[in-house]
Amino acid sequence: MRAFLAIVGRDLRLGLRQGGDMLTLVLFFVIVATVLPFAIGPDRSLLARLAPAIVWVAALLAQLLSNERLFKSDFADGTLDVLRHGALPLEAVVAAKMLGHWILTGLPIIAATPILALMLGMDGTALGLAAFSLLLGTPALVAFGAVGAAVTVGLKRGGLVAPVLVLPLSLPVLIFGTGAMAPMVPGASGQAFLLLAALALAAVALIPFAAAAALRIAGE
Amino acid sequence: MKRLASVDTQAPKPGFWTRIAHPGLFLGWSGHLVIPLILLTAGLMAWGLYLAFLASPPDYQMGDTVRIMYVHVPTAWLSQFCYAVMFVSAIGTLVWRHPMADVSQKAAAPLGAVFTAIALYTGALWGRPTWGTFWEWDGRMTSTLVLLFIYLGIIALWRAFDDQLKAARFVSVVTLVGAINIPIIKFSVDWWQTLHQPASVFRLDGPTIAPEILLPLLVMSGAFSVLFLTLHLVRMRTEIVKRRIRTLELAAARAAGGAQ
Repeated sequence: MRAFLAIVGRDLRLGLRQGGDMLTLVLFFVIVATVLPFAIGPDRSLLARLAPAIVWVAALLAQLLSNERLFKSDFADGTLDVLRHGALPLEAVVAAKMLGHWILTGLPIIAATPILALMLGMDGTALGLAAFSLLLGTPALVAFGAVGAAVTVGLKRGGLVAPVLVLPLSLPVLIFGTGAMAPMVPGASGQAFLLLAALALAAVALIPFAAAAALRIAGE
Repeated sequence: MKRLASVDTQAPKPGFWTRIAHPGLFLGWSGHLVIPLILLTAGLMAWGLYLAFLASPPDYQMGDTVRIMYVHVPTAWLSQFCYAVMFVSAIGTLVWRHPMADVSQKAAAPLGAVFTAIALYTGALWGRPTWGTFWEWDGRMTSTLVLLFIYLGIIALWRAFDDQLKAARFVSVVTLVGAINIPIIKFSVDWWQTLHQPASVFRLDGPTIAPEILLPLLVMSGAFSVLFLTLHLVRMRTEIVKRRIRTLELAAARAAGGAQ
């Protein structure tokens, strides 16, 4: 457990000291969400109706872009090799890195949601639903991103492959996330929250094994 | 070649599966199968097309457009069967690191993508006269589209690697994750679709299919399945030969003084 926390702490320190990265991500998230209204038009009621879709698409894109960082630099400088032969199983290392990555990318996105809520005309309830659905959904996005990042970690020109692999896999997260925010049918929101939570838990529990398997292949 | 042969004779007594799955021996026995499989495919396809276009009645509701089904349903079935083949091969690659599993996986991916694309295309053509639109955000169509994206992503991953042996194992990981995820995607899309569209759309319910429509459907399904087997076998043979050529080229380059 101490080794697990040490890896989380190391990733957090690296992420915070490199500076800028986290702010850039939040900036990207906000910019995507403000570019869409320019395309849709300044119709406030329409924007309020589309707000769940806008928030979730922006979060998905921001998460997708940041996922490449998950293993790349550690793979390039050999840290991953050291971790692989350490006492902690590689699966746990992956889980620790996913947790660190989520704190560095998922939490800032959630923290920036009120800005979007203000601009998109969401009320307090909608903002609460948005923040809560992102809180449940972003760990699943990080998990699916981890598979994509792990299988493309050794590629020098694999920039677009990982998003192309990850996006279809993340589709259920998007469906349940927006479903939880904007119930089309009364009572469907709770169902969507439960499904989203189940999906996130299953993804976070199972995917470290898949990602670790891919990292082992990459390290050979 | 000589060295390979000597290894084969030294092996004490290779089991049935070992003999069948050895790439060199595979090239040998599968070579005898290609022509019969092609003939079988052509025969079944001719019979099925005859049944589908001439010997079966038009549907009383949909008229002649029902004949699209004889291509649509078999390709839709194969779009899922190909993934099952890739799934089993992926386990073979990861667990036994068997080169034939790699080859089978690589050969199946583009076939699956093409069958999925044909299923979507014929579905759109069929949807126009019966539903009045080429594309409907229907649960089945949407999840088939996502399946196509997954196939294309896997092909993209294959192409991103130079070392195909390594690529096979990365692709296996993605294929397995995808296999677990495809039912979830299917479920989520159905859930999403029932919330969006309570309106009922046309459904061809299983038990109501008349026997004169069922027979051509079954024959065409058989024909397309044998077509898949044929193409899969030919693609596997091509891939093995390609890998051998590459190995020989590398050996020749080394012999020519590439590595001092």
